[in-house]
Amino acid sequence: MSNVFIALQKNEETRCIINAIVADNPDAIINEQPAMVKIDVPNRMVIRKSTVEEEMGRDFDLQELHVYLITLTGHIDETDDEFVLSWTH
Amino acid sequence: MDIKVNKKLGLKERYNLMTRDLAWTPTYQAFKDVYPYMQYEGIKIHDWDKFEDPFRMTMDAYWKYQAEKERKLYAIIDAFTQNNGHLGVTDARYINTLKLFLTGVSPLEYMAHRGFAHVGRAFPGAGPRVACLMQSLDEIRHAQTQIHSMSNYNKHYNGFQNWRHQHDRVWYLSVPKSFFDDAITAGPFEFMIAIGFAFEYVLTNLLFVPFISGAAYNGDMGAMAFGFSAQSDESRHMTLGLEIIKFILEQDPDNLPIVQHWIDKWFWRGYRVLTLVAMMMDYMLPKRVMSWKEAWEIYAEQNGGALFADLARYGVKAPAGLAQACKDKDHLSHQAWNVFYNYAAAAPFHTWAPSEADMKWLSEKYPDTFDKYYRPLWEHYAKEQKEGRRFYNTTLPMLCQTCQIPMFFTEPDDPTKVAYRESDYKGEKYHFCSDGCKNIFDHEPEKYIQSWLPVHQIYQGNCFCPDVDPSKPDFNPLAEVLRWYKITWGEDNLDYADSPDKKNFEQWRVQATGN
Amino acid sequence: MQIDLRTVSITPLRQTFNHIADRLGADKAASRYIEATMDVQANANFHYRPTWDPAHELHDTARTQLVMKDWYALKDPRQLYYGNYTQARARMQETAEADFMFVETRGLTERYDAATRRIALDFYLPLRHVAWGANMNGASMCAYGYGTAITQPCLYAGMDQLGVAQYLSRLGLLLGDQGDLEAAKHAWLESPVWQGLRRLVEDTWVMQDWFELFVAQNVALDGLLFGLAYKEVDAVLTDKAGPTVSMLTRFQAEWFEDAKKWVDAVIKVAAAESADNQALLSRWYTAWRDRAAGALRPVAAIALAQAGQGALERVTAALDARMSKAGLTV
Repeated sequence: MSNVFIALQKNEETRCIINAIVADNPDAIINEQPAMVKIDVPNRMVIRKSTVEEEMGRDFDLQELHVYLITLTGHIDETDDEFVLSWTH
Repeated sequence: MDIKVNKKLGLKERYNLMTRDLAWTPTYQAFKDVYPYMQYEGIKIHDWDKFEDPFRMTMDAYWKYQAEKERKLYAIIDAFTQNNGHLGVTDARYINTLKLFLTGVSPLEYMAHRGFAHVGRAFPGAGPRVACLMQSLDEIRHAQTQIHSMSNYNKHYNGFQNWRHQHDRVWYLSVPKSFFDDAITAGPFEFMIAIGFAFEYVLTNLLFVPFISGAAYNGDMGAMAFGFSAQSDESRHMTLGLEIIKFILEQDPDNLPIVQHWIDKWFWRGYRVLTLVAMMMDYMLPKRVMSWKEAWEIYAEQNGGALFADLARYGVKAPAGLAQACKDKDHLSHQAWNVFYNYAAAAPFHTWAPSEADMKWLSEKYPDTFDKYYRPLWEHYAKEQKEGRRFYNTTLPMLCQTCQIPMFFTEPDDPTKVAYRESDYKGEKYHFCSDGCKNIFDHEPEKYIQSWLPVHQIYQGNCFCPDVDPSKPDFNPLAEVLRWYKITWGEDNLDYADSPDKKNFEQWRVQATGN
Repeated sequence: MQIDLRTVSITPLRQTFNHIADRLGADKAASRYIEATMDVQANANFHYRPTWDPAHELHDTARTQLVMKDWYALKDPRQLYYGNYTQARARMQETAEADFMFVETRGLTERYDAATRRIALDFYLPLRHVAWGANMNGASMCAYGYGTAITQPCLYAGMDQLGVAQYLSRLGLLLGDQGDLEAAKHAWLESPVWQGLRRLVEDTWVMQDWFELFVAQNVALDGLLFGLAYKEVDAVLTDKAGPTVSMLTRFQAEWFEDAKKWVDAVIKVAAAESADNQALLSRWYTAWRDRAAGALRPVAAIALAQAGQGALERVTAALDARMSKAGLTV
């Protein structure tokens, strides 16, 4: 089984997003690098709008991810509520 | 009229109305006249509406988020400039990576902008068109933010000032230039596999992530900011690359062999360009992030492995050159830097022999090869330099007809033997650095015989200023080529140790830290 | 070690890149627009001929009949590069978003006059397809044009048109529903009143000369259509039923004012270059103006009935005045 990953710039917003990822993906592996955080999850990673909003205490549009994204891998499935990366079909 | 309760449309439904639903099949003009480039590559597409853009970004969201990124980025660039941030980098050797970037990579970002405008226009499908045109916009962003980030370096350091002129002329810059010219002059589908898939998806992490992390490690907030900011677009581009290859493969089984050939070709073309990145990572960064070999293992072997395992369900095989590239990872950067050390007179950036501390790091990172093959070379150069005989090679190297890199790569299984391959075509002999480059040529010789090879061009007398007189007794061809390159002797070129860059940087730093 | 680097005053070696200094005539600080635009396109030593157009170089001045000594003379007076382009559009979209939100939350569309609603839907919604055609043409001019000064704003304009198509779609969903978008597309494809315009759009898609396309799309068609739709028709709908639709088309109205500055400046410089250019541009202009006016006549009538003809004459006169000021013979 391959990992999917996402890398985000390190700042106040992404601190919340990363917390949300960890909360929703128990197998997440966090790798801190200079100014950047890379998160690997085996096979499938989900980013939930509702979890991020709880962390941030404000509304969050999943498309806001684009502002902080550095790189990712896997197939993407985005709805209004979830952003999913996976190697499954 | 009835008052309707507008049911809230989901992201997917709504996005379809904002893109696909806008398009129609022309009836007043023939389809083949409106979309004239769709047939000749042999790719069969039956239903363009099967393409799904997973990001589904409309223009209003695009402007909003991109403007936010731009505001953040330019605030950092301004602050970096106002604070003389360039004096905060580890040392001025680092700045040579930026020169390589501005002269070698930024012009490609611009070409990508034009290329994606072209393929976006060429595709009849609304989904791929919109994604391609947004990428075209992003790519001009990258070219421009890079020019702006480096504009302040240009004011204080040599080697940036003639990037436009040099990109189109200087010997090693024909490597990245010919790479992109090759992609954009290919058909629209091949361009998408070349740039969208092979480069953006498979190889771009190797270019950007180490470069940007390198900038961060070496105190360059300006370059780090544009790099990260560009990468946020890159994720969209990578996704387009992956979606487009899946789409093409799903449309018709006949597409597979064509696509497989392009994967093999463009993996190899892109990999050869990354030679410059390999030497940048291992030799040019004063403070290193990771070795080329480590980056290759993470991004090409592991990540690329996952990707090709996934694509196997379409019958796609990993690129033909991957195995050789994995073998080369222990040698690539050392061989490349050696060549640039040799030809330091003919390039508008500085080179240097690695220090003892650098070599210690290289030994640790390359335990199987560095001490055995490369340390002796550097120790020899260092000794010569110490005795006042810094070696500058003044002969012209033979270039590979395909990738245009000087012939210095060794045989995959013998690092002491330089690899040579050749093909005969219409009575002429052509030379290559590898099986990969020879195969590319043999498949399309009519294309690659057109290559504007810098060394051939010098021999043909095409690389001199108009006022030159080769019949004069004091005619110095190398000096004349450099004049045509607009390389100022002793300022833009030669060893870092003797450069005005080094002198200025040190003096400014003293000013900054003293009274 | 904490160093306050700001206290250092160092003398720069140079102020700008050499190709920029050559253009400015001196080594002096250049604007971000200038550094990001001038000579950014490669213009020498291309490696291979395009397989899709072997008759030309990759970037080739011969893709249009227009002749310029220096293609970088065609600068954008708005000085738009990507950074200030996206920021300018982001401000416009923020206003548009607020307007859409206002109309939606105050229930202004529910209370909107039914007959006027029908007119607005019938007139504006098929225009989303015209904007889509313009998006393709913007991409085309960017891809096959010459010199970043002109190709860059061509793409921006093309993407703006995609934005226009999307705002019109949202207008349809707010003022009507998905069925109205479908009906409008059907009208676009089948209804006789729209066929002249659709034929015109499809004809622009096969034009080979990119600068003629600039004249057909950015000067003639946009010049007449935006004047008609967002001035003439807008005023009539506002008189009839208040400014709700005006709010939902504000982006287009503002965009047209912005685009005009650029289009007029380009024509002015290109026409002033030579008598041949002036004659060529005048010929292109009058031909495409007449075609666009003809195609828009039945469309104007959807919203304005008999008053459509007068409205078209007014917008044609306004465009003629612009082009005449820019140096064309109209």
